[in-house]
Amino acid sequence: MQLLANLGGRLLSALVLIGCVIVFNFLLINIAPGDPATVIAGEMGGASQEVLAQIRAAYGLDQPMLVRLGTYVMRIATGDLGYSYYYNDPVADLILSRLGPTLLLLTTGLGIAILLGVWLGVLSALRPNSPFSHLVTVFSLIGYSAPVFWTGLLLIILFGSAWPIFPIGGIRDVTQSGGPLFHVFDVAHHLVLPALTLGAVYTAQYARLCRASMLEVLKSDYVRTARAKGLRTRVIVGKHALRNAILPVVTIIGLQIGQMLSGAVLVETVFNWPGLGTLAFESVLRRDYPTLLGILVCSTVLVVVVNMLTELAYRLIDPRIRAAGGAG
Amino acid sequence: MSDSRSPEVPSPLREAWAAFLRNRAGVFGLAIIAALIFLALFGPLIYPVDPFEIVAAPLTPPAENARVPFGSDYLGRDILSGIVHGARVTLFVGGAAAAMTVVIGVLVGAAAGYWGGRTDRFLMRMTEFFQVLPALLFAMALVTLLSPSIPIIATAIGVVSWPAMARLTRAEFLRIKSQNYVTAARSSGAGDLYLITRVILPNAAAPLIVSTALVVGMAILFEAGLSFLGLGDANVMSWGLIIGSNRDYVIDAWWTVTIPGLAIFFTVLGLSLIGDGLNDALNPNLRER
Repeated sequence: MQLLANLGGRLLSALVLIGCVIVFNFLLINIAPGDPATVIAGEMGGASQEVLAQIRAAYGLDQPMLVRLGTYVMRIATGDLGYSYYYNDPVADLILSRLGPTLLLLTTGLGIAILLGVWLGVLSALRPNSPFSHLVTVFSLIGYSAPVFWTGLLLIILFGSAWPIFPIGGIRDVTQSGGPLFHVFDVAHHLVLPALTLGAVYTAQYARLCRASMLEVLKSDYVRTARAKGLRTRVIVGKHALRNAILPVVTIIGLQIGQMLSGAVLVETVFNWPGLGTLAFESVLRRDYPTLLGILVCSTVLVVVVNMLTELAYRLIDPRIRAAGGAG
Repeated sequence: MSDSRSPEVPSPLREAWAAFLRNRAGVFGLAIIAALIFLALFGPLIYPVDPFEIVAAPLTPPAENARVPFGSDYLGRDILSGIVHGARVTLFVGGAAAAMTVVIGVLVGAAAGYWGGRTDRFLMRMTEFFQVLPALLFAMALVTLLSPSIPIIATAIGVVSWPAMARLTRAEFLRIKSQNYVTAARSSGAGDLYLITRVILPNAAAPLIVSTALVVGMAILFEAGLSFLGLGDANVMSWGLIIGSNRDYVIDAWWTVTIPGLAIFFTVLGLSLIGDGLNDALNPNLRER
């Protein structure tokens, strides 16, 4: 019951959050220099007088501000994100068609970062003064400081000419065709470099975080007790310490997902990965504002959903929270 | 922080500085940033080549033509000049955005932590809102719809980066406000403003200073990302802009992206090293290690 009430509270604040972004979008359209109708049509889109008049009527641009805000929020609440005059398509359809590749890139990158980061962090915490541990520290410092788009471009230099074993752009090879199995393999092949680029940054961060929390946990009383009982290191680390050492990583995933989406925008642009990021980039170039603002709303929804999922994961990992029913 | 003037007890600042100097990585970071500041201040005077002027054949490799020691870009513009002139933008945007981040973050965090209760709940909700926003998309929308000028870019970065600072400040204020010396100051008649600015804030300064170094680094990465996407100020040369405008030629001309990327990398690295060094130096518990 407590859990349900908690989730209800989260859901409510999530809705408020999304509402705020929608209001922010509305304000942005209105404070942008120029006529809101041209902003909605996009400066480079086919903004003929006819279209502009149509937009003015549809959005009620002659109405007072508050009425317009109401209409705008209602439109979005019913799933109408507006119309892209560049693509001649509803924005919602455009975004749906690009959502899959972005989710694929995000989950693969995150998967790499969690597995590799936790593994590196734990190993280096077990031997904190070994050369390997120093290597992990240096690697995480490099991964933190290198701009993600630069890492991607360096990989393109490496795999573009010197060692062409991975494709350096796009999501599939249009010159070849095959069965569904070939298709899966082809997409996975194209995914390698973008996912590694995105994953590298977060691998570095998670390794650093996991190393620090593992060092802390290994000094705690219950680990000493487990050692005194004569348990093997593998059991102590795997069954007892890891569960606690991984909690900060789960917390940071929830907090960072918005930041990771920012990274994905850059990575997608570098590798021409046809996701939301490239769509956002293209809509900036084309001054296609409805699409850009629609992506902003949708990605906020995405971030909110991931946040709720990490909270659930936190409950599953940490029994204290499960028992207390609080959010810690 | 007690200001002790007796000669036997060294001042905490001097002690921290001495501890910082013993940290070799931190000093290395400081050297990088000092060099960068020098470059930003005097570079354009020492090396006055216009970064937008076409001075050589397009995509001249480094060390081939003495006029373009670091090579030229896809239009034939001097990469070295871009690095020298870009240092100013990098430092200015990084500094301005970080200043904004620190000011908003500390104000919000201090108010939330000091007053608690309803103020705290409201401010933390607001912080959460800004924290989960997809920062780059938000900044892209802001910059595209308003104008891609340096102040707008710095503002956009500041607006999306302050939440972590606010959380940190709040946590420090919560920890410190129940300490005995704060109670003592309060009972001797100190007002809210005095307690916040003169009693609690100085004691919360250490972690805030450390995180400021990291905030500048993040802001520089953010600015580089925006100008890579072509959302920087088009009239000002920046490192991200050099990388972004040459990215289609990257396979044939590695230097056009590698060299400006190294500049960004070393700047952010320098700031992280300074942050780590300060962390060790300002935290007395870590100092002995």
